[in-house]
Amino acid sequence: MSEKISGIAASAGIAIAKAFVLQNPELTIDKKSIKDTSKEIERFQAALDTSKEELSVIKDKANEELGEDKAAIFAAHLLVLSDPELVDAVKQKIENEQVNAESAMNDVSSTFINMFEQMDNEYMKERAADIRDVSKRVLAHLLDVQFTTPASISEEVVILAEDLTPSDTAQLNRQFVKGFATDIGGRTSHSAIMSRSMEIPAVVGTKIITEKIENGVMVIIDGLDGHVIIDPSQDEIATYQEKKAQYEKQKEEWAKLVNEKTFSSDDVQVELAANIGTPADVKGVLANGAEGVGLYRTEFLYMGRDQLPTEEEQFSAYKEVLEKMEGKPVVIRTLDIGGDKELPYLNLPKELNPFLGFRAIRLCLEEQEIFRTQLRALLRASKHGNLKIMFPMIATLEEFRSAKNILMDEKDKLINSGTEVSDNIEVGIMVEIPSTAVMADTFAKEVDFFSIGTNDLIQYTMAADRMNEQVSYLYQPYNPAILRLVKMVIDAAHKEGKWAGMCGEMAGDPIAIPILLGLGLDEFSMSATSVLPARSQIRGLSKEKISTHINEILEMDTMEDVIKFVETNF
Amino acid sequence: MAEKTFKVTSESGIHARPATTLVNQAGQFSSDITLDYNGKSVNLKSIMGVMSLGIQSGAEITIKAEGSDAEEALTSLEDVMKKEGLGE
Repeated sequence: MSEKISGIAASAGIAIAKAFVLQNPELTIDKKSIKDTSKEIERFQAALDTSKEELSVIKDKANEELGEDKAAIFAAHLLVLSDPELVDAVKQKIENEQVNAESAMNDVSSTFINMFEQMDNEYMKERAADIRDVSKRVLAHLLDVQFTTPASISEEVVILAEDLTPSDTAQLNRQFVKGFATDIGGRTSHSAIMSRSMEIPAVVGTKIITEKIENGVMVIIDGLDGHVIIDPSQDEIATYQEKKAQYEKQKEEWAKLVNEKTFSSDDVQVELAANIGTPADVKGVLANGAEGVGLYRTEFLYMGRDQLPTEEEQFSAYKEVLEKMEGKPVVIRTLDIGGDKELPYLNLPKELNPFLGFRAIRLCLEEQEIFRTQLRALLRASKHGNLKIMFPMIATLEEFRSAKNILMDEKDKLINSGTEVSDNIEVGIMVEIPSTAVMADTFAKEVDFFSIGTNDLIQYTMAADRMNEQVSYLYQPYNPAILRLVKMVIDAAHKEGKWAGMCGEMAGDPIAIPILLGLGLDEFSMSATSVLPARSQIRGLSKEKISTHINEILEMDTMEDVIKFVETNF
Repeated sequence: MAEKTFKVTSESGIHARPATTLVNQAGQFSSDITLDYNGKSVNLKSIMGVMSLGIQSGAEITIKAEGSDAEEALTSLEDVMKKEGLGE
């Protein structure tokens, strides 16, 4: 009997393949006494060697697909397995105490894990997790338990996991992994964002998928409607193959729009841009026909490493993006760290309420060296393309003025030292705090543009943590409260002759698009894969017609009313 | 025995990436190689030993090598320290 489980559609498409359950193995370690200790030591050495071989393969793959930087972590993992302090201690323990390799390994690695966990440095604490990972692999081999990693996949599968960590996604082979589904996560979680940039169908937040499924069972992942079907019947498979074919056909239709500009049916032009995290994403931006980069999240340059990126590293990343975009607009957001995005090496104190705490521009205005380094890299890169600089989490005009003053200060210094800097860099802000949306008319006199960050704007307006599933019903993009704020921002920009964009998930949402077009949004920035469907949708919409209904929509009682109205009328 | 003292100049001290390079290099030699810092001495061939010291910028560290290829080991480790911008 097949079973259908619902979740959140994270990445469009249909995948039909065998299940590969990615699970942390349950390792039960019993202490046993051993007579033949030299044979036991051999067994330990064999498990070490196998683990090393596996890690070398993972390292090479990571090197190839993600670059040397991201692969460095696996080089460190390999060294742990060769660490004489670990290896010799385990061997001595087997020899002296006449115990089995599993228990000796477990004891010794636990000592190291505890040691690192007790250090008063976040970065070192995280290294405990590395040692735990590596030890688990060795223990799994000793116990002859299957240790599943995405790197070991060599046939077409869909992955099912509680969650996918960055190191899991780093190991995914796109050739074999046709889709995935997870227990936890939402549209904006790491795994969901990755699935869209890898362009593989995904459903997240199913809560129970890993409990329901075993390796090797057929699974359908419907990333269009957010369903997972376990052990489907022949009929169901046929239905979904049909749905898949239709989706592929639609994609072909969309592909014809790749070199088109974006006009509504009544000839109003808007710009469709894409959000990116790394220079490598630009390929997808161009392939999907985006007219610019509406949000370059620079955090990724700072994450997954143990120290700040240098000015040179940043310069070359920004330059690469600007050059590859060949004069199309590129909005680069300055460092937005804090909240759910931590940088262990900055050793920032833990906060009770990180989303309302010391993050983004607040941190940059305090830790000015970090900020100034990034601004210099941006300014130096500016002559290689059409750069626009955006400050995140601006709550007051003073914050914007301070940030802009620092930018101008660095610009003057560079020019005085003979460095070429572009003359027309627009400087704008991300509107994600309600105070800024309300004061948009005042901001509009000083900024060059607004980009509305809806993920945070919604969470701050509704006072609902977007990581907390119990209040996820309050994440209401079409709530008239949000729509009214969006209107205030767009109107304020236009009154001063500035442009207004949007770079949250909402900008690519088929329900939101007609409303945003009607409100006069100038730039829509979304996941690259949403650009062509959005362009196709906008071509069928009349801005004038929608505009006549805008006041009616803004005066509706609930989000449900808005959805119903949009679905029936546009 | 060969030994040399360095001042760590890299902004973030000796973290995973440079530690990996140092330990890898030390592993090429048969000599016993230790790293002394803040009254503690660890095996420089041990990544966890080196990491556990949590060496910060500005620290004074001493590398000691003892064995048949001690001199050679120290010279090559000095190279790594300089090349990686760790210290001098």
